Amino acid sequence: MKKALKLTGAALALTALSGLSQASTLDTVKERGYLSCGVSTGLPGFSSPDDKGNWSGLDVDVCRAMAAATLGDASKVKYTPLTAKERFTALQSGEIDVLPRNTTWTLTRDTSLGMNFVGVNYYDGQGFMVSKKLGVTSAKELDGATVCIQAGTTTELNMADYFREHNMKYQPIVFDTSAQSVQGFESGRCDMLTSDQSQLYGLRTKLANPNDAIVLPEIISKEPLGPVVRQGDDQWFNIAKWSLYAMVAAEELGVSSANVDAMMKSENPGISRLLGNSGPGGKAMGISDDFAYQIVKQVGNYSESFERNVGKDSPLLIQRGLNALWKDGGIMYVPPFR
Amino acid sequence: MSENIASAPAAGRSSSTRFLYDPKVRSIVFQLLFIGLLFFLVSTIVTNTTNNLEQRGITTGFDFLSQEAGFGILQSLVEYDETHTFGKTFIVGLLNTILVSVLGIVLSTVVGFLVGVGRLSRNWLISRLCGVYIEIFRNIPVLLQILFWYIAVLRVLPSPRQSLSLGESVFLNLRGLYFPAPIFEEGSGVIFAALGVAVALIIGLSYWAKRRQVMTGQTFPVFNASLALIVLLPAVAWFVAGQPVSLEMPELKGFNFRGGITVIPELIALLLGLSFYTAAYIAENVRAGIDAINKGQQEASGALGLSESKTMRLVIIPQAMRVVIPPLSTNYMNLIKNSSLATAIGYPELVNVFMGTTLNQTGQAIEIIAMTMAVYLTMNIIVSLFMNWFNNRMALVER
Repeated sequence: MKKALKLTGAALALTALSGLSQASTLDTVKERGYLSCGVSTGLPGFSSPDDKGNWSGLDVDVCRAMAAATLGDASKVKYTPLTAKERFTALQSGEIDVLPRNTTWTLTRDTSLGMNFVGVNYYDGQGFMVSKKLGVTSAKELDGATVCIQAGTTTELNMADYFREHNMKYQPIVFDTSAQSVQGFESGRCDMLTSDQSQLYGLRTKLANPNDAIVLPEIISKEPLGPVVRQGDDQWFNIAKWSLYAMVAAEELGVSSANVDAMMKSENPGISRLLGNSGPGGKAMGISDDFAYQIVKQVGNYSESFERNVGKDSPLLIQRGLNALWKDGGIMYVPPFR
Repeated sequence: MSENIASAPAAGRSSSTRFLYDPKVRSIVFQLLFIGLLFFLVSTIVTNTTNNLEQRGITTGFDFLSQEAGFGILQSLVEYDETHTFGKTFIVGLLNTILVSVLGIVLSTVVGFLVGVGRLSRNWLISRLCGVYIEIFRNIPVLLQILFWYIAVLRVLPSPRQSLSLGESVFLNLRGLYFPAPIFEEGSGVIFAALGVAVALIIGLSYWAKRRQVMTGQTFPVFNASLALIVLLPAVAWFVAGQPVSLEMPELKGFNFRGGITVIPELIALLLGLSFYTAAYIAENVRAGIDAINKGQQEASGALGLSESKTMRLVIIPQAMRVVIPPLSTNYMNLIKNSSLATAIGYPELVNVFMGTTLNQTGQAIEIIAMTMAVYLTMNIIVSLFMNWFNNRMALVER
């Protein structure tokens, strides 16, 4: 009997994945009245809560944009902070609707985990942060170093590749959250911290003395970060995709939260199609035609979101770089709204 | 099981009633019903899970175990680097779990017995100190204790360049404890052989001493003789073979010490946290065991002229063990399970490496979690079987 109970317990635990409803994600979200969004446990610029528990960041803006598009109200979001280890299981099991959590788009993740990458909301690359005291100026001088890494990231793999390629040795110390790895770095348990470069700038601001650490110039990998949705619900996939595109398209057309009301009367056919006054709108995705208007009005365009969270209006002061629009020398490019 | 019920009425009312009320039949029917229900439940769960996984396009199966892992692990008891497979990461994590569990069980048993006996000491200071120890370590969550050792104790140690050192061969800093590693050159086999001979001699000696005591009542200083044997024989062998074992000293090179043996602070913190926590429980078990022995036993052995330490060693403890062992196995199992808290401080054991990084790189949650659960289940069953066997051996033999 005891054994039988144990067996049942084990089997029940295995079905964490099976207890899902088959209803479309959009219907579920509408019925529930809010969007359930998986974010990081606190990464400045991308998703971090303030002292009142309000979330903000570039990734948080994706949640808000999707809430504006589906529910007409950007504030109707419930944020679930997830560690890198937990994130995919949370999405697969239906605990969250969308996962914008500075997640790198890779082949394995896109094809074998039952998830789809929606697009890229930040082009990043992996870098290293070291203490100034070490006097290191290049990552190639790091042979034998001890490295603090966050568990369950592509960073762990890139790091191994990089040191193997350059015939160097290293000792990885793997922590669950970025706060723990920063602590390890600060106390001197590790010589360096490695992560996506944008994160390093963010984490550096969290150090007691940010000037003691430098971010090395080397970028050792491509890290296209983007939101992820569950595979198998194409309608929801489209909504996520085009909510993201709407922000970039708005920047391209010069529509911002400040001028969007005036732009509603614009004669420009591109703007008129974007804001849903003409053209296909959101009907085919099951959302209102003015979804892009709601997004821009309540969240802003991509440039506003970028500058506010990670760019010149934030402590991170990250340049647009690759994340500038295609016509400004970057690679942000979205399909046309028509 | 439905036939059982269906066929019953055919036999006539009175006999069917008798049949149904027969406790033997009833018990079989209900057991069959229960097993059937269980089987149905399990099979529904399994098919449901596989269907859902398939629908979501999540790859299943154990193929990932033979793929290249591509990530490094801080501490490994077997050879491991990035080119090894995910299956190997399982082994590495498992061995690290076993390492900390075994060390923890040994350390907590030693500390627990000392404190438990000390708690009953007639010396006021010792018994109070042991009491305070038990109350403090038993009442603070073990995770907090682990974090305490890791962050408050080991993190404030100096950096590698300012290491605390003992004779320039043992170093302690916040990256860990470094001590010289023995290097066995040609001819060191003689030393191992000597060690083996010493162990064999000690076993023989203790048998002989016991028999002599039974026959003649004379005692022999077995402990001292054994100590001499185990030290002297290998030492003589070492000189005879031409000193074939040398020491590799840890040296500060670049960022860290290299060479020698390194004990990482994560292991130290986890070991101390788990051991001191579990030791407090073991101490209470030991105290309970000793308290359970009738006071008459102590008085009787006093009347026989046995000294206090001999009374403890020969009369009280052997009887107390019967009470101590069953809860002791629970303590050991808890220690093994608690070792998974290592993930909070980054010690690379099974949950951290396999259920952490490997799970995330492959996404095979069900397979990996099932494997991890199976490991803990197996380890605990082994401990429990061993302790049952040990308990049977220690049980009071009635004559």
